[in-house]
Parts: sequence; structure tokens; C-alpha cells
Amino acid sequence: MVKDVFSPSRRGFLGLAGGAAALSAMGAAKPATAAVQTNARIVIVGSGAAGTGLVNRLVQRLDGAQITIIDGRKQHYYQPGFTLIAAGLKQASYSVSNTADWHPSGVNWVEDYAAEIDPEAQRVTTQGGEKIEYDYLVVATGLKLNWAGIEGFELDQVGQNGIGAVYAGPEYAAKTWEAMDRFTDKGGVALFGRPATEMKCAGAPLKYTFLTDDYLRKKGTREDSQIIYAANNGGLFSVPVVNEKVKLLFGERGFETRTHHILTGIDAGTREAYFRTPEQHSVDANGIVTVTPATEQKIAFDFTNVIPPMIAPDVVRESGLAWEDKWVGQGWLEVDQETLRHRRYPNVFGLGDIAGVPKGKTAASVKWQIPVVEDHLVASIEGRDGTEIYNGYTSCPLITKVGRAMLVEFDYQNRLTPSFPGVIAPLEELWISWLMKEIALKPTYNAMLRGKA
Amino acid sequence: MKQLTFETLIAVFEEIFGRGLFWAMVVTAAVITIAYLYVLIRDRHLSARKFLLAQMFMPMGAVASVIFVQTVTHSSFADIGGPVDWIVLLGVAGAGAVGTAILVYTIQSLTKGRQTAE
Repeated sequence: MVKDVFSPSRRGFLGLAGGAAALSAMGAAKPATAAVQTNARIVIVGSGAAGTGLVNRLVQRLDGAQITIIDGRKQHYYQPGFTLIAAGLKQASYSVSNTADWHPSGVNWVEDYAAEIDPEAQRVTTQGGEKIEYDYLVVATGLKLNWAGIEGFELDQVGQNGIGAVYAGPEYAAKTWEAMDRFTDKGGVALFGRPATEMKCAGAPLKYTFLTDDYLRKKGTREDSQIIYAANNGGLFSVPVVNEKVKLLFGERGFETRTHHILTGIDAGTREAYFRTPEQHSVDANGIVTVTPATEQKIAFDFTNVIPPMIAPDVVRESGLAWEDKWVGQGWLEVDQETLRHRRYPNVFGLGDIAGVPKGKTAASVKWQIPVVEDHLVASIEGRDGTEIYNGYTSCPLITKVGRAMLVEFDYQNRLTPSFPGVIAPLEELWISWLMKEIALKPTYNAMLRGKA
Repeated sequence: MKQLTFETLIAVFEEIFGRGLFWAMVVTAAVITIAYLYVLIRDRHLSARKFLLAQMFMPMGAVASVIFVQTVTHSSFADIGGPVDWIVLLGVAGAGAVGTAILVYTIQSLTKGRQTAE
């Protein structure tokens, strides 16, 4: 015999339903911030993650502004997906959408590339010759992958002769997977590294090294293989505590690290990579300076992931807006690292990869930068000072095998800044961090593009 | 995370499943929950017999939900790396088990009609 264990009333049911309705109504309520009235002309150069995310927020904050976004590319790339494509886990289409689909209504999209920025005349000229004047300019061009900086390398080599190039785009990432898949079937020498310039997502070269190792192990060919990582300087990652962890993992996985190797050329025929090791000075305990002269090195490979030097696009380097005494030759925009406002032209902002700040060339950084530029720009229009500060937040779900990652987050001071302190340890290889990369990251990114995150 | 608000979460879930599928799932879950509450109130008690059968489906629901999550995320039990991973795994299993139990109980109640307490 069983007695009634739960005996709710109709009134109770109605109460519950009412509560649920109230909750859902609360969720739908939006913060009521009045839009700022203005007729300012705002030009955003670039409709990648940064430009698109910002324009969607500006249209919510401003009423009457003439906003123009300039970008000739019809396709939008979800770049954090490239690693997953190159690991055979996603199709190339995973990272591709239409630029137009992300634009809010009421914004003028000029489907052309900027050819000239004149900050004195406050004017942007497109490649097609259209001249667009602005009161405020946001430079969000992204960066340029300088393939010409690798002698002997052509993009059409990707996918053959063991050559991969994950950064080159979704199709090239897919071709890189084909090459990696073939390589890991047999094994051999896998060669990885990173350029000596600033670069986007400095964790990506490491991730791909770990992923190739994982496939070699899964296919039983790791024993017959050698994995070489040619670092551009003495370390593996710019944040010291992360660097130590990566060094430990490299040791555990049996990777061979070569330091101070800067890739200069590739010979696809002979499958050799050429490196320059710069002159180095060291001082011993007696104060005696030893000079190691610069050398040229050659490393043979069966599979490699070519990552070129990364620099600012020509339009920025020739605009007079770039740093002259920092990152010489790379041309990043001279902005204040906390406000992202140009140091010489206060009506110009830098957002995303192009910003000349010491950290932050990731989509996660863009997510933190957008509210800062938005705040200072809207404040300027209102004639007050903005208050938001960008602290250098950069995030990298550092994949260490298929199924595990370390959720590494840090700021300008190289402090770890975990989003979930005490729950998700930043330097532990965890499944939950992998789940975030695989499921939650793209939706969060898309929400950011729509100006909602 | 810069801003983790309820609205952001909804936006993220809409992006994960697509707006149509996400809200269809929310509506489905809401309908099942309301149907469950409805049969509880209609019958004015929790039938132990139906609950027993529902419980028998719980392990199936737990296993199915874990396999589903592992399949869509290309991962396996070997990827469990720390306590938080076990908590996530148990959470997924628990959600699958409870969801299945509620579903099975509700289906029985709706199809077999009202039963008096034994």
C-alpha cells in the first residue's frame, strides 16, 4: 500500500505557472538606456569580429548617427574554428557565414576595401575611389598574413608535400587536415613553430602541435615519429606561468624544442624549412659576454604548419596612424592600451588585431575591447569622458588533445584571470574546457557579433 | 566572460541550437513539465507504480544523455581530467535521468488515464 506522497492543489499549480510566466517576462525585459541623439558620422574600417560586434552595439546606443562600415569581403570567418577544421572535427563551412547577415539595418555597408586613411582630412578612400568623411573613425581592419615573408612558399602548396597552413582560411585549414591525416597514418617528422612578429592567438601553434601528437598516438604511429617545435625566441608562451606549464607538457609528450628559430623559407620539393637564428649575447657569472653569431638552419619535415609573419595591412601602415617606435616594421595602430583611443588623433580608435597593444589578438579580447571603444566613443559624442578600461584580457582554450583543453586567460600584467575561479582551473587539462571550445565558444562569438555579449 | 546576463545566456543557447530548434526544445520541455504537473494535480497523488516504471528508465536516460554529449563533442571518458569534469558528467547523466523519468511518468499517466491510489 502506498499513501499519497505528493498532493498539490490546483491553486498551487496556478501559482507555479504564474511564477514561471513572471520569470520569463523578467528575462525579456531590457535595460532602458535612452539612445544618444547625434548626427555624427562614424566610419568603421573592417567588418570582422571587431567591426561587426561594435556596429551592432552602436546602433543600440546612438540615434541618428550616420554609421558606415567598409569591408570588401562578402564572407565572414569564424577564425577560432580553424583549428577544429584542421583537426578534422569540423567542415570548412563551420567557419563561414555572410558578412551581410550580421549587419544591423540602418547601417551603410560599403562593399570595398579601404585604400587610404587620411586622419588630417578625416577621410577614408576606398580602392574603388569612393571618399568617405568621418567625425569618428574605428580602425578594425584585422591584420595581414604576410605569406611573402616565407621564401618559396605559395598557398597553392597547402595540402600537398606535407604542407599545412591553418591560419590561411577555412578551405586551407581543411586542406591542412588532409595533409595531417595522411602524415599521421605513417608518421615521420612533424615541424611546428611560430613567427617572430606579434600574432593572433599565440596558442594556436601549440594547439596544433598537441593535436598532431594526439592523432599520431591514436593511430599508433607516435613511436615512429619526431615532433619538433621551433620557437621564435627562448620561450613557448609569453605568459611565464603558462610557459612553464607548456614546457612540462612538451616534456611529457616528448616534443623537441628548438629555440630562437625564425622561419624564413620553405622548400616544398625537398620538404625542408629554413630558419634564421639571430645573434645572441649572454653574460656569465664573471661578467664575460659571449656572443653567439647568427646562423642559418635547415630542418627536414614530413609535415608542417606554416605560420607567416603577421603585420598591419598596408592601408594602416601608410596612414600615419601606426606606432613608429614600437613594433617597428609591423605597423600596429598607436592606441592607448587602456582606452584603445589613438594617442595622437582622439577621434580615432583601434579595435581587434590591429590595435597596437601588448596583448589581445584573439576573439575573446575583442569581446572585452568592444564595450571599451563603445563607451569612449559614445562619451565623446556626449561631450564627457568614458570610464571603461581594457585590461589586456586575452583568452585561449589551449587544446592539448582531442577532448581536453586548458582555459588560459590573462591580462597585460601576465596575471591569470580565470572566468570561473575555483571551478575551472586555468592550468589543468580539462574536459569542461574542451566542451567550452567545442560547443559554447562559437555561440558566444555569434552573440558578440550581434552585440549581445 | 565579460557580461554573463540572462539575456546573454539565451543568446548563446539560441546560437548553439539555432533560434527555431532552441525555442522548440524550450517549448517541448515546458509542455512536458506542464503535462507532468497537470497529471500530478489531476490524480492528486504520485502513483508509485508509474513512478517505479519511470525510475527503471532513469539509467537509460542517464547513459543516453552522456553518450549524446560525448558524441557531439568528439570526446570520451578518457578525457575526464579533474573533479569539475566528473561533476559535469554527473550533471549531464542526472539531467538525462530525471528528464527521462518525468517523460515516462507523464506518458503513462496521459495514456493510461487517471488511476486511484492503491
